Amino acid sequence: MNTSQTHIEIASENSYIVYFGDPDSLQISPEVSAVIAATCEQIKQRFSVRLIDLVASYASVLVIYDTHLCDHLWAKNALRSILNTPEKHSENRGQLVKIPVFYSTKYGPELALLAENAGLSIAQVIDIHSATEYRVYAIGFAPGFAYLGEVDERLAAPRLSTPRLKVPAGAVAIADRQTAVYPASSPGGWNLIGLCPTPMFNPEKQPHMPVTVGDRVQFFAIDEPQYLLMGGLLHEL
Amino acid sequence: MSFKVLQPGLLSLIQDLGRFGQHDIGLTTGGPLDSEAFLWANRILHNESNACAIELSFGGLQLLVQTDSYFCVTGAGLDISVNGVNKALWTSHKVVSGDEIKLGYSSHGCRSYIGIAGGFNINPSFGSGATVMREKVGGLNGAKLAANDILPCAKTAELARQALPESDWPLYGQQGSNKQESDAVLHLLPGYQHHLFDSTTRARFFNSQYTVTDRSDRMGMRLEGPAVPCPSEKMLSEGICLGAVQVPADGQPIVLLNDRQTIGGYPKIGAIIARDTAQLAQLRPGDTVHFEAIDLFQAHTINTLAQLKFNATPLLYLKD
Repeated sequence: MNTSQTHIEIASENSYIVYFGDPDSLQISPEVSAVIAATCEQIKQRFSVRLIDLVASYASVLVIYDTHLCDHLWAKNALRSILNTPEKHSENRGQLVKIPVFYSTKYGPELALLAENAGLSIAQVIDIHSATEYRVYAIGFAPGFAYLGEVDERLAAPRLSTPRLKVPAGAVAIADRQTAVYPASSPGGWNLIGLCPTPMFNPEKQPHMPVTVGDRVQFFAIDEPQYLLMGGLLHEL
Repeated sequence: MSFKVLQPGLLSLIQDLGRFGQHDIGLTTGGPLDSEAFLWANRILHNESNACAIELSFGGLQLLVQTDSYFCVTGAGLDISVNGVNKALWTSHKVVSGDEIKLGYSSHGCRSYIGIAGGFNINPSFGSGATVMREKVGGLNGAKLAANDILPCAKTAELARQALPESDWPLYGQQGSNKQESDAVLHLLPGYQHHLFDSTTRARFFNSQYTVTDRSDRMGMRLEGPAVPCPSEKMLSEGICLGAVQVPADGQPIVLLNDRQTIGGYPKIGAIIARDTAQLAQLRPGDTVHFEAIDLFQAHTINTLAQLKFNATPLLYLKD
């Protein structure tokens, strides 16, 4: 990627945000995401203890630094020199994480709706959703909530006009061309298509999440007995 | 060895300085909304700056002391008493097992801090004791304090008592007895999508008065005033820092505070400095603010001078 396609903006008294590509294009690309993941590694190394937090997203990285250990001039220069390093974009494609999904019209009430909208059978929707290799573009909204993209255009669906007050932990969902597993029970407006028995956020375990930004995810279908065997719980919606 | 909660008040939360280095798994920082008042409580008690204290919103907390210790209350103005005897704010006081500490409701400002000698012993979650209710982490099981909660601590028999002289107490807010004449000034660093706001809108933003609304919480303060919408509404979600001023389609600014979500997709005109998020968090619905643009050098100077002042302000040593 051409470094002229990056720019640095002030975010706050102790943070800069680096934009990659054309931020107004609203295009999500795995190439940009790979560059962001590689850049994050370099920022961590260069800033070391000066780094407080790093938030990688679709086309940006927010870099929060410790003003007791460096000032904004140092931070901006460090970012500039990282962005100007040409060959940094290693072939780091992230790890591939396979995640099981119990696709179900009962526990994923929008599964049938998505099939109907696309003129596909439910089995075809499952095939398409589980055949795609997704990228972890961002983590946020709630602890452990990973935004995965992009969903096949045929399955894209807008958020529900009335969000559910309670989406169960493990719910697998689609919104526009994003898919995600709800890490904990919460309100939510995404279209539900099934349940995942793998905890997406475990405060007791290191690492706390099975994925990190830049990783790749592929879902595979399991049935109800396998779901229960893997520790999945069934909640009435 | 502990303190017991008799009455939790409206919203009492265990806080340390906040949870850092966890944004990559979606955890926000939390921490005291008014970090200066929080730091004063710990300094007056000879504590480490990160020791766990309780943040009260609007007061109302009552504690039963179950071990000998010292406590100090800073921040918003409220009445405090031990066994019915009034005590001074910004001052450490000795308490013994069986004493009852009662905090009234705040008369000006709205966030108060009660610290104890050595701080409360709270098991850190993700490296911090800071309570974030939305994430259910920190404090006691990620929840606000409730009656009968037990707050563990160490015993402290002897400690030199100190106080911040009243002339150095910060003034809070505009409502009530310490009413200030003018708006609170929020110093803003233009940043993020500031260039997408047209020049007329930017001029309106910096020349208008905004009012704090009651739709405000630890995630953000919603302000009301002349609308300053951003012409391009659609954007990709991105990282949000403390103090970011987000402008949704209705053009009414929201200043994001300690419990903000770590990523979001609304345009932002910049961010106010942390000292001013603290000041803002002490304001009440109906109080007014205006924004003033500064650059990073001015922000650096403001912060450095404030830090020097905090370190250089002498405390009064008190005899028992």
